[in-house]
Amino acid sequence: MKEQDLSQALQVQVQTANENKSPLQIRAGHSKAFLGHTVNADILDVSPHQGIINYEPTELVLTARSGTLLSDIEIALAAQNQMLAFEPPHFGDSATLGGSIACNLSGPRRAYAGAARDYVLGTRLINGKGEDLHFGGEVMKNVAGYDVSRLVTGAMGTLGVLLEISLKVLPLPEFETTLVQTVDTTTALDKLHDWALQPLPISASCFDGDQLMIRLSGAPTAVRAATQKLGGETLENAGEFWRSIREQRHEFFAGDKPLWRLSIASTTPPLKVADKVLYEWGGALRWIKTDLPTQAMQHMALTAGGHATLFRPGQVQAQQQPQEIFQTLPDGLMQLHKNIKRAFDPNGILNPGRVYPEL
Amino acid sequence: MQTSKHNQTAIQRSTLIDALRTILVDDAILFEQEDLKPYECDGLSAYRQLPLVVVLPETIPQVQAIVKLCQQHEIPVVARGAGTGLSGGALPHSEGVLLSLARFNQILDINVQQRTARVQPGVRNLAISEAAKKFGLYYAPDPSSQIACSIGGNVAENSGGVHCLKYGLTVHNIQQLKIITIDGELIEIGAQGLDAPGYDLLALLTGSEGMLGIIVEITVTLLPIPERVQVLLAAFDDVVKAGEAVGNIISAGIIPAGLEMMDKLAIQAAEAFVHAGYPVDAEAILLCELDGTNEEVSAHILTVRKILQDSGATEVRTARDETERMTFWKGRKAAFPAVGRLSPDYYCMDGTIPRKHLPRVLKTMADLSKAYGLPVANVFHAGDGNLHPLILYDANKPGELERTEAFGGKILELCVEVGGTITGEHGVGIEKINQMCVQFKPLELTQFHAIKAAFDPKGLLNPGKAVPTLHRCAEFGAMHIHHGELPFPELERF
Ligand SMILES: Cc1cc2nc3c(=O)[nH]c(=O)nc-3n(C[C@H](O)[C@H](O)[C@H](O)COP(=O)(O)OP(=O)(O)OC[C@H]3O[C@@H](n4cnc5c(N)ncnc54)[C@H](O)[C@@H]3O)c2cc1C
Repeated sequence: MKEQDLSQALQVQVQTANENKSPLQIRAGHSKAFLGHTVNADILDVSPHQGIINYEPTELVLTARSGTLLSDIEIALAAQNQMLAFEPPHFGDSATLGGSIACNLSGPRRAYAGAARDYVLGTRLINGKGEDLHFGGEVMKNVAGYDVSRLVTGAMGTLGVLLEISLKVLPLPEFETTLVQTVDTTTALDKLHDWALQPLPISASCFDGDQLMIRLSGAPTAVRAATQKLGGETLENAGEFWRSIREQRHEFFAGDKPLWRLSIASTTPPLKVADKVLYEWGGALRWIKTDLPTQAMQHMALTAGGHATLFRPGQVQAQQQPQEIFQTLPDGLMQLHKNIKRAFDPNGILNPGRVYPEL
Repeated sequence: MQTSKHNQTAIQRSTLIDALRTILVDDAILFEQEDLKPYECDGLSAYRQLPLVVVLPETIPQVQAIVKLCQQHEIPVVARGAGTGLSGGALPHSEGVLLSLARFNQILDINVQQRTARVQPGVRNLAISEAAKKFGLYYAPDPSSQIACSIGGNVAENSGGVHCLKYGLTVHNIQQLKIITIDGELIEIGAQGLDAPGYDLLALLTGSEGMLGIIVEITVTLLPIPERVQVLLAAFDDVVKAGEAVGNIISAGIIPAGLEMMDKLAIQAAEAFVHAGYPVDAEAILLCELDGTNEEVSAHILTVRKILQDSGATEVRTARDETERMTFWKGRKAAFPAVGRLSPDYYCMDGTIPRKHLPRVLKTMADLSKAYGLPVANVFHAGDGNLHPLILYDANKPGELERTEAFGGKILELCVEVGGTITGEHGVGIEKINQMCVQFKPLELTQFHAIKAAFDPKGLLNPGKAVPTLHRCAEFGAMHIHHGELPFPELERF
């Protein structure tokens, strides 16, 4: 890792862009470029802005510059037997902390330990006016001022350029094992819902249509007791399996069809689609590779209490932009979004249109 | 001047009441002096103010109509839950409507399969866990005020509790909100899944202290009741050792459900009050609660016990049964009122610090205590660095409240200096508005005002709270430091 503080240079670039009202596309590792609309604008390169600024294992806090590679952070944490509990997907070796937080992407542990946004304690950012601002901090409990740090988490750069991020980190589980059971879809969902009501040390779940994979984490005695209770075969190479799900290298994700992400009520019965579905998060996250139109997918998600994202457009779609990627917001909610965008970025220069054309 | 203003208010008030009568039944509108009195303050009784009118709506359309009316006449609206807040957040506005959510007291639905409860904002925190208990579920955030405080107030303050080290704050345990904007519009935030499209307004509204919208419905996440809960009590002859023990437990990879510390004065006060059997000669005690599966708790108890001993505990007790566990907790839970018995009044502070600075903060606090001539007892959510210094004073002694507030302000500024914050869970309200100028730079405060304006351009929702004007900061700043720019130690400056 090459430690480097580019805060000032980045600030000047944003200030200039703001004065000229010329938009910027914020880019770090470029590993999540597939997600969201393309922004046609000058590149603001955050990737050299690297370095872990503070890491206090006994306080469970880490602060790093946004361009720091996610892998560098994970190595530093692992050396102290700690981890990012939201298990962020990388989608490439170049993945940075800033990109992960900007996208609020979380992996298999999410349903059991929380999302990226749940671990964000503080941020330093440059807003659309080129102001260098600090919100939150390095402590677990902090209610001074509005929670801007969580607001910008998942905003995909449309509210500010992240400079530094402080996160709560957690100890690595003492012991983990993954069980496999061969079941049909209804049984799999029933089991997941049933287990969710019991105090079990489950830390990940996945159903691929034939097999239900359950990861257990905790004290070895606790994991063994739960293993007995739940039953099933022990999965070999479980680490690699969960990485393949997280990184979408699993065979389910292969092929050219569009990939849809449906984040819905976990109790939703099997969705009525002909295509294969991959389940995560106890049934609350469902991946579907399908050619069904956007409207149908959004409707399906809305009926199930959630929202749909065209996570990876298929080859055909990629050429026919623009189309909606994120779930359409109701008018009142969209109006609030527009007001908030204006409050941070009055000239609309930061990643305009990356999420919604209006923002 | 005075009279004309009065007349103007009087007219406004009678027209306002007439207009409110078209929305609400008569007993839901209070305007007589004696009826307004119970609403003049929240848990921070040093600040008192009567509102123009108190309204007690019970339906969402009523709230919408009230808010629209107020917006039309540019009348301030202050939301109030149970009024247990400790920062004056629900302090009424003299020219405004106090909107009580007390009649929104229904648990609308418990969805066992989804592990959620849909509740109205006036529901008491503890009532949710009580209702969920028969399904083996509970709502994790447990502020000490949980028998009284409302879930709407919890969301508005992002309240924590003894168990938030492991289970998080309110923001980590809610899924959906319905809010009424100042335009009277009903907006649904969040989703039934684990995330929602667009900006994280759920987080933005949580802790927004009634400044951005009126919360009229909340869907909270429920958790399975742990199979087993166990608590250890450790005594130390030195506060610093107790602080180190906390770090050692966490370094060992254990996140206790709760990890609380009390200093000598707090221990003695609690013991005298509830007879929990606390070691009264100890300089500090730690209460460490472990929960989870039976096996997990068994494994961790052994580890934690050893860590506490290795960290220099003079004594470590494990609660033998549920009764003893409750006794251990009783002293901690009663700590505020217990300290309250030592003196006519006490003032509860709420700073958070990085734990490693605990020795320095405690030392400086002891010095400040001497300098101001006011005793201070410390109750501490040690696991997450949230300090509750309780300053003992007597409001009847002239100047003592002012001295207490000045001392309190110093403690908060000290928290900021060591990289912490002026409020961990009680909110800014009116109480810590000056210290906001210490914690944030003018540009950051300006950003907060811009967020506020995105929701409430005329500034009618809870005006004057949570975020100070730059003008106010300039006045305050004339006497104070900013962001530790003047060197430590503090003591040299008075
Ligand atoms: C003895 C004691 C112990 C306490 N212990 C803790 C503790 O352990 N942890 C902790 O975090 N706090 C604690 N508190 C503080 C207090 O109980 C919490 O802040 C609580 O969440 C306030 O809830 P309430 O219903 O009383 O809100 P109120 O005091 O009525 O209001 C608080 C704020 O929320 C706003 N508000 C209320 N309802 C709504 C709504 N529906 N929509 C929009 N805004 C609203 C108000 O305008 C105000 O700004 C304690 C207080 C006491 C007195």
